Amino acid sequence: MRTPPSLLSLTIDSAVINLSNITDLSPLPDHILIDLFLRTLRAGKLTERVLKLFIATGKDEVHSLIQALNIQVIVTPVLPTKIKDDEIDIVIGAVSSDMTSFLNEWRPIFSRFHLIIVKDPDLKEELKIPEGFNLDVYTKSDIDRVVGSSTSILFSGYSCRYFGYLVSLKKYIISVDDDCLPARDNKGFLVDAVAQHITNLTNPATPFFFNTLYDPFSEGADFVRGYPFSLRSGVKCALSCGLWLNLADHDAPTQALKTRQRNSRYVDAVITVPARALAPISGINIAFDREVVGPALVPALRLAGEGKFRWETMEDIWSGMCVKVVCDHLGLGVKSGLPYVWRTDRGDAISSLKKEWEGVKLMEEVVPFFQSVRLPRTATTAEDCVVEVAKAVKEQLGSTDPVFARAAGAMLDWVKLWKSVGSSSSPPGV
Amino acid sequence: MAEPATATQAAAPAVPQLKDELDIVIPTIRNLDFLEMWRPFFEPYHLIIVQDGDPSKIIKVPDGFDYELYNRNDINRILGPKASCISFKDSACRCFGYMVSKKKYIYTIDDDCFVAKDPSGKAINALEQHIKNLLSPSTPFFFNTLYDPFREGADFVRGYPFSLREGVPTAVSHGLWLNIPDYDAPTQLVKPLERNTRYVDAVLTIPKGTLFPMCGMNLAFDRELIGPAMYFGLMGDGQPIGRYDDMWAGWCVKVICDHLGLGVKTGLPYIYHSKASNPFVNLRKEYKGIFWQEEIIPFFQQSVLPKDCTTVQKCYIELAKQVKEKLSKVDPYFDKLADAMVTWIEAWDELNPAGASLANGKAA
Repeated sequence: MRTPPSLLSLTIDSAVINLSNITDLSPLPDHILIDLFLRTLRAGKLTERVLKLFIATGKDEVHSLIQALNIQVIVTPVLPTKIKDDEIDIVIGAVSSDMTSFLNEWRPIFSRFHLIIVKDPDLKEELKIPEGFNLDVYTKSDIDRVVGSSTSILFSGYSCRYFGYLVSLKKYIISVDDDCLPARDNKGFLVDAVAQHITNLTNPATPFFFNTLYDPFSEGADFVRGYPFSLRSGVKCALSCGLWLNLADHDAPTQALKTRQRNSRYVDAVITVPARALAPISGINIAFDREVVGPALVPALRLAGEGKFRWETMEDIWSGMCVKVVCDHLGLGVKSGLPYVWRTDRGDAISSLKKEWEGVKLMEEVVPFFQSVRLPRTATTAEDCVVEVAKAVKEQLGSTDPVFARAAGAMLDWVKLWKSVGSSSSPPGV
Repeated sequence: MAEPATATQAAAPAVPQLKDELDIVIPTIRNLDFLEMWRPFFEPYHLIIVQDGDPSKIIKVPDGFDYELYNRNDINRILGPKASCISFKDSACRCFGYMVSKKKYIYTIDDDCFVAKDPSGKAINALEQHIKNLLSPSTPFFFNTLYDPFREGADFVRGYPFSLREGVPTAVSHGLWLNIPDYDAPTQLVKPLERNTRYVDAVLTIPKGTLFPMCGMNLAFDRELIGPAMYFGLMGDGQPIGRYDDMWAGWCVKVICDHLGLGVKTGLPYIYHSKASNPFVNLRKEYKGIFWQEEIIPFFQQSVLPKDCTTVQKCYIELAKQVKEKLSKVDPYFDKLADAMVTWIEAWDELNPAGASLANGKAA
């Protein structure tokens, strides 16, 4: 025989039904408050107003429940939105001078958008750029003028593209290396990398629970059985990391060992990288929401022997880990997968390996560091987060290798630059 | 348009891998006609059929297969009072098959799952792919953006630390489904016509600390590494919930794998799922689960297993304790479930004493 519900239980149920009439929950004893909270949740009645009522009681247990269940007040609705072309900047770091074939190949996809081309300050030759694009070119003199010649060291080599991020006025940035061309998908169609990146950024990410059918917001897919409903609205996607056909982004030892290996597998998926999982986020083909995480993409880790081939850099990997840690802390999402670009063969892995193997060794320190770094609750913007990470880098890694102490310094410089230049950008000099 | 491969297209591999080390566990209440289509791939292997429902019904197994079959009477006879932990009138009863198997690996598949075709039209040998997944390491500590680095034509990407490239042993290989996707009842009701036609050519390791919904339709695992954690719970007849058996097992398995440093892979292989179950029936079964999972997920996400839990059984008993402590207040069902979890481990240890042989069992 079922025991009838207690009077207390009936009262709490009644309270759930009448939540709209309740303005103050603080007189309630803790255990009743928690019970009410859980029943409100279960009844699907936890609105923003009701949540604020519970938070206003100031009770620790309520706070820890909210943390544990990862309940967040959604300030802006996370809905797929229609993006206008003029909200996008395409930033290309020119490490080679002849951009003719690169831009001509990308013309069908890039010509609608505004391009920011940043010339590597170390590059001596003049840039060759074909006609017909809406673009701004920034060279060493522009960089010196905007940030001062002492700070401009931040932007040499592959890191020149970060200057483009800094001076852009747009919400979304898409950036590809200048040795990448549009790829073709399994059906032979040209992949519109820009459109795919924008789709990734404007649809929610789902970092708190893994969906086995990958991106639930793509056409023909959805959340699978067993995916909690409270997690199905997802969070804002701040970064979209694409992949590469042909020359994949392997490190020098791997490519040197497998000289002829080329990536021909087109994996038709976009995945949210789960919260707290770190990944090497390559800078070769990325897009991000500049307004939300711009400051977190940091041109900080410069290898002693950094060179003009990707095998000789780690700046993007460092930057990517920083962004992921920041996104995890701020409750934002990072996606990986489509779109693919076609990365042309360039350089020789073995010579790169001979010249620069420091980067590979450094990762052994870098990864455990980022896995363990914890940001304080008070860091609520990307800038705050970067400052905290820089502090931690200095404390924990500074003495291991001078490259880390320099990285910490560069991160702080970057945040300062972002605050002064990034918020009000200037056009390039003639 | 996804289509199943026809029997004539299915071409068996020259040497069936692990044929004496792997059992195929199939729960059924209807018939086993689907086995005809799988014959070229499954025939070399030993089958364990778990017959659910009316034990007096005779389930015909197609000729040529080597199998043992257990119905409810057998389960009651073999486990005695401990049989209470095995569900009745629900495919969750399949975990009995895991318990009586004497092999190292298990592959389990539903009787409405057929051979799928890859984009080139070739029949997919799901079992072969699962074996590849299980025999190569997993990489749960750092996400590789090019997915499984051990697959042909792939590798670790730049920035992946070398000290993590050895990987860890793979305990579970979770396959996917073309055609009818594994949606819950509300999604099925809203999208009755949606079919999964996207073939995603990837296998990936689910990172440590991340939970996922494990579907039992197309699943393989290393019984020696994780078997005792593959309990599919109390579902079906007399229980307030259904269609959460594999989910429950998946959450327990992932927490334990994360604790013990084992890997879980998901992705390939695909099978062709032909039968869409009735969404209204499903809704009635899942209804409580949809609310309960909001509490269950945070429970598993926050579960910490003490360092002295060094075996799967110890981890599982500890989890059962935590379920009793923390989830009983959600519903008395969890109290029963926690007890059943303990019963399961007791039964497992009884049937699988340390040092048991690998020969096939026979249903007496």
